Amino acid sequence: MYASIDFVSTSTVLDFLKGPIQAIQDFFELAGRAMRNVIRRPHYYDDIRLQMDALGVGSIPIVLLTGFFSGAVMALQMGRALGQYGQTGRVGNVVSIILVRELGPVLTSVMVAGRNASGIASELGSMKVTEQIDAMRALGTDPVQKLVTPRMIATAVMLPCLTVIDDFVGMVGGWVIARLVYALPSLQYWSTTWRALGWSDLGQGLLKPFIFSFAISLIGCFYGLRTSGGTQGVGRATTQAVVAASVTIFVLDLFISKIFVSAGSS
Amino acid sequence: MVPAPDASQLPGASPVSDAPPLRFEKITVVFDDVKALEDFSFTVKKGETRIILGAAGSGKTVLLKVAMGLVRPTSGRVFVFDEDVTDIAESAWFEVRSKIGMLFQESALFDSMTVAQNVAYPLLNQKSIQMKREEMEPAVRDSLRFVELEQTISKYPGELSGGMRRRVAIARAVVTKPPLLLYDSPTAGLDPITAHTIMALIIKERDVDNTTALVVTYRYQDGNLVANFRYNPDSGRLDPAASGATKTVFMVLKEGRLIFEGNQAELEASTDSYISKFVKRPEEAAA
Repeated sequence: MYASIDFVSTSTVLDFLKGPIQAIQDFFELAGRAMRNVIRRPHYYDDIRLQMDALGVGSIPIVLLTGFFSGAVMALQMGRALGQYGQTGRVGNVVSIILVRELGPVLTSVMVAGRNASGIASELGSMKVTEQIDAMRALGTDPVQKLVTPRMIATAVMLPCLTVIDDFVGMVGGWVIARLVYALPSLQYWSTTWRALGWSDLGQGLLKPFIFSFAISLIGCFYGLRTSGGTQGVGRATTQAVVAASVTIFVLDLFISKIFVSAGSS
Repeated sequence: MVPAPDASQLPGASPVSDAPPLRFEKITVVFDDVKALEDFSFTVKKGETRIILGAAGSGKTVLLKVAMGLVRPTSGRVFVFDEDVTDIAESAWFEVRSKIGMLFQESALFDSMTVAQNVAYPLLNQKSIQMKREEMEPAVRDSLRFVELEQTISKYPGELSGGMRRRVAIARAVVTKPPLLLYDSPTAGLDPITAHTIMALIIKERDVDNTTALVVTYRYQDGNLVANFRYNPDSGRLDPAASGATKTVFMVLKEGRLIFEGNQAELEASTDSYISKFVKRPEEAAA
């Protein structure tokens, strides 16, 4: 009797795992094909430029807003905490380290994931349910080469740039609070901000968004290309893409931070 | 009509012989334990038009997608112009697909591109064709003139009606002059007048370019029109054709199986209750 229960539970677990494992396998297959296409012809340069504009330039307003306010809030909270030890003057120091190492890359990536993973998934999903992906194949184009690779390249180029903008605007937000709330001299704020950063911080701050960019673009494309079930399916794919991309960013962030901490460069 | 180059005469294109344009041998397609096509065999001869009738979910679209290499069969062999294409790589399929034009059910025009860019797409992207940009515009205009929509060249698909989108999709399918054309429900969701216009274009394409075609439909009158009318290039209208002159073969699908294959007379003579539902006999039409 116990043997049959074991058998049922094992097969049930296997059936349950089959779907997710198949999805992971499909995702890595798509990622492999997209990356292989970077060095394969034809290259769709116009599509890459178009996507850099749509995914990168189009994301600047939200990056400016979130960057400024996150920097300002951080300066406000840190100034208060540091004030208890008489160290309010080190606000710039703390703001720059947290922004460049963690908050800038993660916040920018999550905002871009919310805007672009959803956009990519819904665009490709709509193309899938209206047979435009099939039409593309029928008319001589590899959809991965035409749709996925340009989005992957564009996001990989633009996300680190957006992160740099976010970091700088966040520091500006911190400076506004440091000046207006804590009456710190501008020179003191900016010199502590600048001195706090090392090359490893900058490396970490640029490596993270570069890696996150692949999660955002490839997850968006993956969910878009496997859309089924009409307009309802497009909505479902969009939601799944945003959730999966956001969670992946946080998971990857932990691993990358751990590597830098272990390497002693943090 | 279109002085655009024949797909078989374009640089790099392989010559198209008199071989049967399409042959299925015991094709079975299974999706999630459901058989979309089962043990399906047929041969399309050159110049033939196959009218494929069947209820929704009977496997008509899957059949076309297998022929186009968009769906891989679970078992069986597919031959396109006598070449076994069953197991070839996706990259090799691009060469095969340059000999096949397809009209998708919902037109499948690219929303982000103009009508001109949509029609030019296969000329620009099919590896065996890759026409120069300066030669492209006349070919695109000729193809749009064929479907009488030259004036829409700079519009976007979203600005067109359903019937116009379908006609632009036909222009895109025929712009490379492929010897084999696949039409997936060309009249679905259209009013009778527009549906007639679309079918007239299919007949015109068949008679002007002598193409082989598979027409998936659930409307018997579409098949009736193809089987009994010819395009008159002088008047630009459809004239009644002599009996058997149009080389039209009817196929009826039921739950993924081919249950009928024959000419119109045999189809109308069938006493099968499922087949009879698709056939509108003259006395019924009169009533």
